[in-house]
Parts: sequence; C-alpha cells; structure tokens
Amino acid sequence: MANLREDLLALIERNSRLTPEDLAERLGVSMEEVAAELGLMVDEQIICGYHTLINWDKTSKEFVTALIEVKVTPQHGMGFDKIAQRIYLFDEVKAVYLMSGGFDLTVVIEGDNIKEVAYFISNKLAPMESVLSTATHFVLKKYKDHGIVLELPKKPDERMIISP
Amino acid sequence: MRSAGDFVADNIQSMPFSGIRKFFDVAKEIEGVISLGVGEPDFPTPWRIREEAIYQLEQGNTIYTSNAGLIELRQAISAYMRDRFAMRYSPLSEIIATVGASEGIDIAMRALINPGDEILLVEPCFVSYKPCIVMAGGVPIVISAKAENDFRITPEDLEGKITERTKAILMAYPSNPTGAIMGRSDLEKIAEVLRNKDIVVLSDEIYAELTYGASHASIAQIPGMAGKTVVLSGFSKAYSMTGWRLGYACGPEDIITAMLKIHQYILMCAPTVSQYAGIEALKNGAKDVESMRKDYDGRRRIMVNGFRQMGLDCFEPKGAFYVFPCIKSTGLSSEEFCIKLLHEEKVAVVPGSAFGECGEGFIRCSYAYSVDALKEALGRISRFLEKLRLPLVK
Repeated sequence: MANLREDLLALIERNSRLTPEDLAERLGVSMEEVAAELGLMVDEQIICGYHTLINWDKTSKEFVTALIEVKVTPQHGMGFDKIAQRIYLFDEVKAVYLMSGGFDLTVVIEGDNIKEVAYFISNKLAPMESVLSTATHFVLKKYKDHGIVLELPKKPDERMIISP
Repeated sequence: MRSAGDFVADNIQSMPFSGIRKFFDVAKEIEGVISLGVGEPDFPTPWRIREEAIYQLEQGNTIYTSNAGLIELRQAISAYMRDRFAMRYSPLSEIIATVGASEGIDIAMRALINPGDEILLVEPCFVSYKPCIVMAGGVPIVISAKAENDFRITPEDLEGKITERTKAILMAYPSNPTGAIMGRSDLEKIAEVLRNKDIVVLSDEIYAELTYGASHASIAQIPGMAGKTVVLSGFSKAYSMTGWRLGYACGPEDIITAMLKIHQYILMCAPTVSQYAGIEALKNGAKDVESMRKDYDGRRRIMVNGFRQMGLDCFEPKGAFYVFPCIKSTGLSSEEFCIKLLHEEKVAVVPGSAFGECGEGFIRCSYAYSVDALKEALGRISRFLEKLRLPLVK
C-alpha cells in the first residue's frame, strides 16, 4: 500500500493528466485500486490539487513575481503559524515557506506590475505587527520550475532505427 | 590477379552480416517509420555523469590510463559489485575496464579458446556472441532456450550439449532479446551441472540493473562458481551510456590477467573521460538508475498488455527493455511479419530469427521509447494484425 501510494504520487506529480486506466496499467494494479487510493489521498489532503505548469514568458500576459525574505517575531503558543496564516490568506501570495537561516519566511507573491507588488509590501505585509523586516527580490526569468526545464530544446531521436 | 575481396580471410568472408543489419538496411529506406527496433536506452546520460565528464575534460584529464583502467574506477566497480550483488572482486587483479561489455566478450573468448574448443551459447541471444566465438577459433554450440521454459535454460538443455571439448558456456540474463531472467534457484540447478566440470562460465550481465519484480541473480553468487565465472557488464544500459563505450569484466585473476594481455595490445585502455564518468555513475548514479527502471517498468506493462489484447502470446519479460511476443498464429515467418509490418504500417521491429534459429516465430520489440510512441506503434501493429486476420474470418 505504501508503495502504491508513492508510485502513484511519483507518476501524477510528473503528469497529473494520467487517467486511472493509465496509472493502473503502468503499475500493474486494478483500476479500482488506483481510483480508491487516489480518492483516499484526496480525502487525506495528500493530494491538494492539480496544476498545469505554464511558461508564462511565452504568453502575452504581463505580471511580476517577487520573492520576499521576511523576518518576523514568533508568537507565544503559535510559533510562526499565526503570522504565516495572516500572510498566506492574501490571494496575491502564491507560496509561503518557513525557513531556517537568516530570515524566517519566504513569501512568493505575484502582481500585475511592480507597483502592485510594492503596494502589497508597503501597505499590507511590512506594517504587520510581527513583521520585523522584508527584503524583496524580483524574478527576472524562470529557467526550471517543478523539476521541468521550461525551454528545453526538442531533440529528435537520433538513434539508429534498428540496433542490436 | 586476385580481387580485393579475395584477400579477406576465409572465416570473415564466410561470416554473414547480422540479421539486424540486413533489416536495418530495409527499414532506413522507408519514410515515417516508428521504430521499436533499438537496443539502447532513450534517456540521455544523467546530467551528473555528463557534468563530471565535462569537468574532467576541462581539467585536461585525457591521457591513457593504466591498461586495466583507473584504479579509482576499479575500486568503484569492486564496491558496487560487493554492495549491490554481494560479489567480491579485487580491484587490483580481478577487474578490467573494457570498451563496452562487447570488448569483454571478445577478449574473454580470445583468452579462453584453443582452436576447436566448443563454446556453449544460449540462443536467442545478442548477435555478436557467435561471431566472437568463431573469430577466436572456437566452435559455437547452441543451446536453445524455449518459450515454454520462459526462455530460461534447464539442466537438461545444458547436459545434452556438454562434450569433452566444451570449454565454456556464455549466457546472458536478463536476456536481450527475450527479456527473460534466471532467478537464484534456476541458476543453482545450472551450477549443479557445472560444479564438477572444467567449464568456464561467461555471464553477460549488462542488463542486471533492469529487472522488474525480482532482483538480479548472478551465477557467480552461487558457492563454488565465482572461481570459474567471468562476469561481463557495463554502463550502457543501466546508466544510459551507450556511446561512452565503457564496460567491465570481473573474474578469477588468471583469466582476467589473460584478458588484460589482449586488451593492452589491442586497446591500451578504455576511453579515459568515460572512465571518470563511470566513477561518478557508480558512486552517485543509483537514483537515476532507479528512476529510469521505474519508467521502463510502466512501459513494459503497457507493451505486454498491448500484445495480449491483440491476441498474441506474450511471455512476461522480467528484465532488460524488450518484449518478445509470439507471432506464429499469423502463419508468417518472423522475417515476413517484420517486412510486411514495415511496409504496411511503417513500424520497425526485429525478427526473432535475427537472434538465433529458435527465435523464429517471435519478434523483438524494444520499449526504450516514450509511452506516446509505444502506444502509436501498438495501435499500428493491432491494425496490421486485423488486416492479416480479415481473410481468415470470411
């Protein structure tokens, strides 16, 4: 069971469009087992959603991504969770990680333009009581995301048609 | 005056090109072919291995190595064989880095064979075994692995072929072209026959890392066998490093020393940069191998299911990256089937007969391709079979 879980997750992490039929065939188990296991993992919030990996740079949509290093004061009895929640509930916040090292939270936010991001930081994030400081870095180009190289040149199969 | 061809040695003149090559010549002329014909992985060599090779090139590490190969590489091979398969070989005297496992086969034959010695080989098999035996002056004696035995050999198959001239047996599991493996208990029975006989075992284990649902067993693991077994392996299949031409031979010192003698005269050493890459592969490549193995495993199931759904007998391969379905029900020979399939549906698969007479009635389909390509090819083969069967229904 533990193995089926891991094998399923490894496959759908790379390609969430695989159908239960595809998954069952590749793993040599029944479709019912696959469907049941996937259902369980959704219930248990192991599977939290299905994304499409998009290279937005190739579209006409204009937006900016910023990665903000945030230092905060942890709160008694809550640690970092409460302040993290106050931050991640904003829609423009795409990811929040608790970090080891020189700062506490990494906050990834997206906005239509720099002005919008600046507004969020100066009017929402920085003034929060527990936030001690922020350092903002704008993303200039994404080379690789979620384990996928975004502009991998397509290489034709140059192997001989037949070989021993 | 003699023509240039008359100067070619008799044994080379009479040696045919491999059946694979003949088929390749036909296939390469046809446009838009989907091939299931290759014997090499579709993954690029893992980046960590390529990156290490680039570093070594930058450092200018491009000189000859010692004949047997870099000591660090032999130590890494020794550690790998010990940790992965519980087999012990001294890096100083029992291991040579070769130019692919292919060179290992050649120099092992030359090191062992006196003119007229009989070498047993298990067919269907890799195309170069027989020619290597013949070129070394030996007499190839074929043991036919049978579909009803899942393409394994049995003690009876073996006993029937042993004579006082038998010098060695060459076997390869996991098998190209059948995908068959031999488990520990199968090998123990073979070892039992060989135990008190003066017969060397050459075990080509190039696909050892690619087994599914059962781990690899080597005949050299069986008590009493390591002293007369040479294990031939390499980096091509496990690490997707075909073009690097790097393999190795592990075995008893006396035979390895004899092989080294030939190796030093004909090749000096295996390619140096490849050897450095090999060290990185053995030390840090296990995760990459496992991820490729899992991918192959999924495709293997797709292929076996696909052929079975078409109504063909398809033995479940537990190793390598080939399926070997039986096409006898079509009434065509392997070669007729493959030629017709190539012309009508533009799918290239290899006739089983290219791997030995007992491969007749089968086709070798490689699954070293993307799932999309495999599914497209299966669809075409299915359509082809329907057309073949149509007149029979009427």
